[in-house]
Amino acid sequence: MDGYFGSYVLVAALLAIGVAIVAGALLANRLLRPSRPTPDKLTSYECGVDPVGEGWAQSQIRYYVFTYLYVVFAVDAVFLFPWATVFDAPGYGLTTLVEMFVFLGFIALGILYAWRKRVLTWT
Amino acid sequence: MPDVVISFAVILVVFLVLPLIVGQTEHKVMAHMQSRLGPMYAGGFHGWAQLIADGVKFAQKEDVIPAAADRRVFMIAPGVALVPYLVVLIVIPLDRDLVAVRLDAGLFFVLAVMGVGVLGSIMAGWASGNKYSVLGGMRSAAQLMSYELPLVLAASSVAMAAGTLSLPGIVEAWQWWWLPWQAIGGVVFFLAGLAELRRPPFDMPIAESEIIMGPMTEYTGMRFALFMLSEYVGIVVLSFLTTVLFLGGWHGPLLPGWLWTLVKVFVLAFVVIWLRVSFPRLREDQLQKLAWAGLVPLALVQLALTGVVQVLL
Repeated sequence: MDGYFGSYVLVAALLAIGVAIVAGALLANRLLRPSRPTPDKLTSYECGVDPVGEGWAQSQIRYYVFTYLYVVFAVDAVFLFPWATVFDAPGYGLTTLVEMFVFLGFIALGILYAWRKRVLTWT
Repeated sequence: MPDVVISFAVILVVFLVLPLIVGQTEHKVMAHMQSRLGPMYAGGFHGWAQLIADGVKFAQKEDVIPAAADRRVFMIAPGVALVPYLVVLIVIPLDRDLVAVRLDAGLFFVLAVMGVGVLGSIMAGWASGNKYSVLGGMRSAAQLMSYELPLVLAASSVAMAAGTLSLPGIVEAWQWWWLPWQAIGGVVFFLAGLAELRRPPFDMPIAESEIIMGPMTEYTGMRFALFMLSEYVGIVVLSFLTTVLFLGGWHGPLLPGWLWTLVKVFVLAFVVIWLRVSFPRLREDQLQKLAWAGLVPLALVQLALTGVVQVLL
């Protein structure tokens, strides 16, 4: 099990073991448990009456804005990793350090902008 | 091949036993911090078998899938929440020679796979057909979004210091003075990881006093137990990662390396429990504010500090 793909074969093997553990637990549960469903038992666990009407409703878009913020920054952050392993290699030094501050400046500016636009405040 | 079998056996022991120990410790530590005794009956000696008894009970409980639920997604959601934490364990070094796979992109792999775990609770929230579950799922998603960024930034600071993404490589490169140097990053990483686990004080997604149990409201029996297990495996994995990245893993005097790793992991797990007892739940807007106005800027400061020290010294 050597080489680049060899190690991922092991990862896949462990994934299979994990799936087997979950499946085994649920199978044991299936063998041991009673099963007596009644209509009342299968209703949703909510207070008062069950939800009625359509699936359309008004909702807040706050989470949506946070998702946007995240996507913007996460895409930036992914590029950090390959850069992080070589940034102090001989011949880079100060150049990459300046680049890093440019990068940090961009992210900080983004957060500052979101703050000024009052995205981070809720009320 | 024998190496692989041994390391897989170690991973399975870590996966199946450590969460139970952490869970039992949580019962007892929380109890004593709140002037109670906690479980005392099961197993005879200070209730040591309480979680085993719980497991036996869970295995015999009826599996209720509500009529309104999206059955298939509802059924696989606990597995999606649990399995990623097992897969992550494969790259975590317990000792210098005790690591199953040395992935070159180990750190990246860990962050990517851990992100999948949260999908489980989003799936559960959506598939339950219950308004509290949906709210909890949305909050889980928002929490993952906000805290993933400081987590990734803090982790990349260590990668910059070590010049590698391989976890054994990072521990190999670790020196004691990294402790003060990477301290900010360590705290940010640990807190952000805690938030991703949705542990108190970051348990807004499952806040039982307002949305019952969030995404897990409709779950019973074994599937609920799998969700619980994934929470405690998550604590173990987070403690392992913080140990490996920021506390020097197997480095330490006198004791053998694997024991040092475990000691550090248990100290961190204790801190996780301690934080649960000490802090009230953060409100949703406070959560978001802590991430964006607190942890992200701190992580950026850590990145700048790491870069300057690394290049100039």
